[in-house]
Amino acid sequence: MKGRQVAIAVTVALAAALAWVVFVGLPKRYGNSARPAPSFSPFSSSPSASTSTSGRTIKAKLFYIAGDGTHLTSVERDVAYGDGTLEQAREIVAAQIAAVPDPLVSPVPEGTTLRALFITDRGDAYVDLSGPIASGHPGGVTNEMLTVYAIVDVLTTNLPSVSAVQILVDGRQVDTLAGHVDLRRPLEKNTALIE
Amino acid sequence: MGGIESRPLHVRSPLFFLVTVTAASVLLGLAVDLSSQTPASALTLVSRETRRNIPITSVGDQELVPLDDLAQALQLQLQESLGTMTISYKGKTVFLTADQPLAQVTGRMVSLSSPPTRRAARWYVPLDFASRAVGPIYDVRVDLRRAAHMLVIGDLRVPRVAVRYDPLGGAGRLTIESTPQTPSTVTQDRDRLVITFDADGIEPPNPPYRAAGAQAADSLVQAVRLSDPTTLVVDLGRRFASYKAADGDPLVIDIAGIVATPATPTTLTPSTTPTIPTTSAPSPRPAPPAAPPIELSPLLAATTAAVRTVAIDPGHGGEDEGAHAFGVDGTKEKDITLAVARRLKTMIEGRLGVRVLLTREDDRAVALDRRTALANNNKADLFISIHANASLRRSLSGATIYSAAFATAAARDAATEGSERVPTFAGGLRDIQLVPWDLAQTHHLDQSTMFAGMLLQQLTDRVPLAQTPVETAPLRVLASANMPAVLVEMGYLTNPEQDRLITSDAFQSSFAQGVFDAVVKFRDAIAAGITR
Repeated sequence: MKGRQVAIAVTVALAAALAWVVFVGLPKRYGNSARPAPSFSPFSSSPSASTSTSGRTIKAKLFYIAGDGTHLTSVERDVAYGDGTLEQAREIVAAQIAAVPDPLVSPVPEGTTLRALFITDRGDAYVDLSGPIASGHPGGVTNEMLTVYAIVDVLTTNLPSVSAVQILVDGRQVDTLAGHVDLRRPLEKNTALIE
Repeated sequence: MGGIESRPLHVRSPLFFLVTVTAASVLLGLAVDLSSQTPASALTLVSRETRRNIPITSVGDQELVPLDDLAQALQLQLQESLGTMTISYKGKTVFLTADQPLAQVTGRMVSLSSPPTRRAARWYVPLDFASRAVGPIYDVRVDLRRAAHMLVIGDLRVPRVAVRYDPLGGAGRLTIESTPQTPSTVTQDRDRLVITFDADGIEPPNPPYRAAGAQAADSLVQAVRLSDPTTLVVDLGRRFASYKAADGDPLVIDIAGIVATPATPTTLTPSTTPTIPTTSAPSPRPAPPAAPPIELSPLLAATTAAVRTVAIDPGHGGEDEGAHAFGVDGTKEKDITLAVARRLKTMIEGRLGVRVLLTREDDRAVALDRRTALANNNKADLFISIHANASLRRSLSGATIYSAAFATAAARDAATEGSERVPTFAGGLRDIQLVPWDLAQTHHLDQSTMFAGMLLQQLTDRVPLAQTPVETAPLRVLASANMPAVLVEMGYLTNPEQDRLITSDAFQSSFAQGVFDAVVKFRDAIAAGITR
């Protein structure tokens, strides 16, 4: 009798473990490494309410200032999963502009937040950032190129369907962030700046 | 009032008639005799109502005018008797005696520079007779401007104008000083500059300016002359390209010229092949660091037809301070760019004779569009934006030269019909034909790249360079420039060592010298038809 009880307990435990593997472990393992592209809904030109699934993440390449100071270095990080390209784009940009611990150096001025993000049918993403992206910018062409292209490259690298990115500040089109890089049109990925 | 009367004044003496009737041939002979000693000059009487000329007769070193002509102009009454001439004006009298350098003016003796001369029934008096003898009995001021042969009647604004022309290499500077200081305007009328003074008249330059010497034919200023009572005309030479007048006292007009590039480069060592003799001065390599004052600058041999105006853009300004060095009172980019731009302006204008425009002259905010608009509107041939860099990595150092690149979207906007190919920032080429003004730079990328290369060449060994010293970037200020354009980051203010360097006089001189030499190279290349 005792042996039967043990067998049942072991069977239940094995079943539970199998169920966990099937329903939790595998999805987590494979779901996380999957690129978010395949099943995204059609692009939208207007923002929608956040639909990110709590706890689910994807791996994304974020860009920080390289040791040489003139390039961007890519760092793979967990980024909250977003439902659809638009939502995923928001999560990626939010992660990119968030403060980072040493020794990483963010090219995005502290205090910058994402106000809105739109993607056109043509694949141009419009990233509307808060004022500190410009007002808190330390200046210099080198810095400004890295700031702009961190935003441009983080979307074009992680979301293949985004072909170009235009940065807006406080909801408006701007000439530049700090007097140099032309922001009047969407900019394509610049791999030359990536280490 | 002591106005000038234009009707004939009937001043007659018996001797006048006698001589007229009996000695016509003698008179003619005398006239010929006098005129032969007379340079073609006249005393110009200027009053509020009119101007008239009285011929001047020179006898020896004395300049004399016929007293009857003067009397007619000034409404004086003349009466001669027993070798004495009595001149009356409103009850006041002056007595003159022939061959005595004196006049008795209302009872007082006044000396004259030379005695009155009586020839063929006419009295001739020295010029100062008008001011010294007539002046005291006249009811308005009589002001003799001897050097200019002018007699100013009344309180008129007739400034004395002095003209100086200094050739500076292929250019020149015309300095016009008015005393008392008088406002003037400068306009161009084909091959002349017209300078109009806000005055009743002007006392023209004496001696008048006229190009002279072996190089006269090539002079940018051929002559400066009076065209009407208040207007000077500057006759320009055939090499004239452009001018820039700076308001102020004195009035300074910088004139840029076109000179053909020498057929052979100047060489300091004997050549085995015959050289073509030129009239140009040899072109010594400009002395390094310290920018010499304009007057001492070496004369450069040539100015091309293509580079006549250079726009220099001191980055940032006003509220937009640009990059900062670390520290509370750290160097501001806007200050350093202005200092270097001013230095460059002085150097290029003074030594190259090329007109230089600054997109801002002082510490003020100027929109990026306005900076290029200024260069475009003034038809600048080269645009150089001066900046200082910043990085969050303090170790970064060195100068970087940027030329423009364009996003595909920009090229797409620019392309309405395919005919011309431009590189895009993302790589590859796009065909474009019609170019919106804000993408004007797409037409000049080859020359911009060429100039960037020349800058690199000239800055190497003069200032520290960044690891990748020549870059392209989609820079807003370059995009609209309708001429070859570059942006130069002089170095990193965020690197304390670089900050100290960039703010030093030695660095700024070396940097400016490098840019100057690159402009010379570029000018020569354009003149030689090299465009990439």
